[in-house]
Amino acid sequence: MQAMPKWADAVLIPLISILLAFFFSGLMILAIGKDPVVAIQTMVQGAFGSTNGLGYTLYYTTNFIFTGLAIAVAYHARLFNIGGEGQVMLGGLGVALVCLAIDWPHWTLALPAAMIGGAVFGAAWAFIPAYLQAKRGSHIVITTMMFNFIASAFVGYILLNYLKVPGSMSTESAGFSAGAHLPTFHEMLAPFGINFNKNAPANISFLIALLAAFGFWVLIWKTRLGYEIRSFGESESAAKYAGINPVRITVIAMMISGALCGLMAINNVMGEAERLIDNAPEGAGFIGIAVALMGRNHPVGIVLAALLFGFLYQGGAELTFWEAIPRELIVVIQGLVIMFTGALDNMVRIPLEKLFLALRKEEA
Amino acid sequence: MDYLTVLQILDSTVRLATPLLLTCLAGLFSERAGIVDIGLEGKLLVAAFMSGAVAYVTGSIWLGLLAGIAASLVFSMIHGLASITFKGDQLISGVALNFLAAGLTVVIGQSWFALGGRTPPLSGNGRFGEWNLPFSEAWSKIPVFGPTYNELISGHTALTYIALLTVPLSWWVLYRTRFGLRLRAVGENPSAVDTAGISVVRLRYMALIIAGVLCGLAGTYLASLAAGFVKDMSAGRGYIALAALIFAKWRPWYALSATLIFGFLEAVGNRYQSISIGDFVIPVQFMQALPYILTVVILAGFIGKAIPPRAGGTPYVKER
Repeated sequence: MQAMPKWADAVLIPLISILLAFFFSGLMILAIGKDPVVAIQTMVQGAFGSTNGLGYTLYYTTNFIFTGLAIAVAYHARLFNIGGEGQVMLGGLGVALVCLAIDWPHWTLALPAAMIGGAVFGAAWAFIPAYLQAKRGSHIVITTMMFNFIASAFVGYILLNYLKVPGSMSTESAGFSAGAHLPTFHEMLAPFGINFNKNAPANISFLIALLAAFGFWVLIWKTRLGYEIRSFGESESAAKYAGINPVRITVIAMMISGALCGLMAINNVMGEAERLIDNAPEGAGFIGIAVALMGRNHPVGIVLAALLFGFLYQGGAELTFWEAIPRELIVVIQGLVIMFTGALDNMVRIPLEKLFLALRKEEA
Repeated sequence: MDYLTVLQILDSTVRLATPLLLTCLAGLFSERAGIVDIGLEGKLLVAAFMSGAVAYVTGSIWLGLLAGIAASLVFSMIHGLASITFKGDQLISGVALNFLAAGLTVVIGQSWFALGGRTPPLSGNGRFGEWNLPFSEAWSKIPVFGPTYNELISGHTALTYIALLTVPLSWWVLYRTRFGLRLRAVGENPSAVDTAGISVVRLRYMALIIAGVLCGLAGTYLASLAAGFVKDMSAGRGYIALAALIFAKWRPWYALSATLIFGFLEAVGNRYQSISIGDFVIPVQFMQALPYILTVVILAGFIGKAIPPRAGGTPYVKER
């Protein structure tokens, strides 16, 4: 018998966990002598108050949808991919190589090619840990973590020795050609008479992220492969008994995860920076963990959680500007969200289950 | 390369290996008890911050050390609460702690000192002094032995010698005491320990306390060596320690050699930007990535097989 109705599991528990995380974040702001109410007002105003702010919020949201979906795919197979950061980095390299390879005539040609480049590089980077887990039994958490460091050294090396513009002071590749420029919200909405801020980095990748979320839903719940991934995650031994090849599922799930991470690079490398810079992901691969946990590994939840973190990111930047609260406050909130929605899940779940059981007994 | 250069590299190897060794042993205790500890990095960072802050305010690194240990213990207990009491996912809890540490140290540091997340520089008694062992000056004229004694063995801080002593101590505790036997058993087969009437929960919390103290020592060492706290100063050392732990196959003496190897790699990488062998140049990025590459190779079982404690990572649920 289920102790709780389905809606409580899907909505109530995450909601309480997030409220707990925000409550402690509020205490944190109080403790450093600032006003939490003013802080929230500043953040909302900064993230949604102008099309410039909104453009940044949606730009960050796009990043987090990709990484959140990536972590969630792996998690459905009970694989904890904390190598998202490295996979995004490699994806960035793939996108940059595609964009720099030829002088693209139009973005409609450049974008699909760049998507393939990013996805292939990201998937390839995830393949090695996946293969080692499936074939040699090395723990995926440790290997993906090691691969983050290796990715950072590797991309740094390529950037410094092969892609850097000779004589330039900064460690970055040459800018991409005009044909590889992705339409921003400003350009996309202008024909409809909507004046979206010119400088905001949100671009067409946002729509691709939403498509990816839909594709994720189809893949996980409507295809044979998704069924195999989920049953492998539920019980490896049962899946094996049903004829599902564990090596195949591990490798495929991780490569889809890596490919989604790699796809993120069309937003940050191609859409925003329009060149490859050092440490381009800026932690987005790790935020994917919080987003996936909070979104309960469901695309709708992930898009909402990504929007929340996009808001926190953009609002946090405003906090630094107006209230002199360091950006790292967001990292604290991120840690609290992961702690409460992930590790301390039972702390909320057990009392709630008791409550529901007691209510049901009264009814009976 | 002359003898003195070799000695200097070895000397900085010891310096760089000390925090790794302490952190690695911290991980050893918790993982041997069945608690996977990804949060080592976070504990290292909060300990470095609190010790740096308190050492600056009080002017005593020893008070700083106490504060560093306390901060690290708080994090250890949160990890215990999540992964032992509430039977949550140990990996997720560790990841969360690392984020909390990375964020809290800067937010609180900015609020206290307004220096962009760093503490003011430590000086005098705010840092550990170097211990010059007896006769190190007088004997330095003796060929080979003299410089070795003076440069390499003598002249480290108290914590380095404490770290080195922790190795035989850990070995003795784990392999020669009843507590150690139970600790190892709880990481392999907790239900057997429970059946024998010994509390699994208590043992695992004990392991986390030891890990907290060791990470506190390591973090304080970092703050003292760098003469103050700087944002993100642990710089992935918690992860390298975790890698060293796998390299060491969860054994204390192997942990010493593994951390010395990783310390040596870092020392060589710091001293030479790039190393050329004939026409072939090894890039500095490769040296930086080498500990991680080695760990993956070890994990893949191509050189020896690293088998973790069997019950690691799974919360213990009593049968009903």
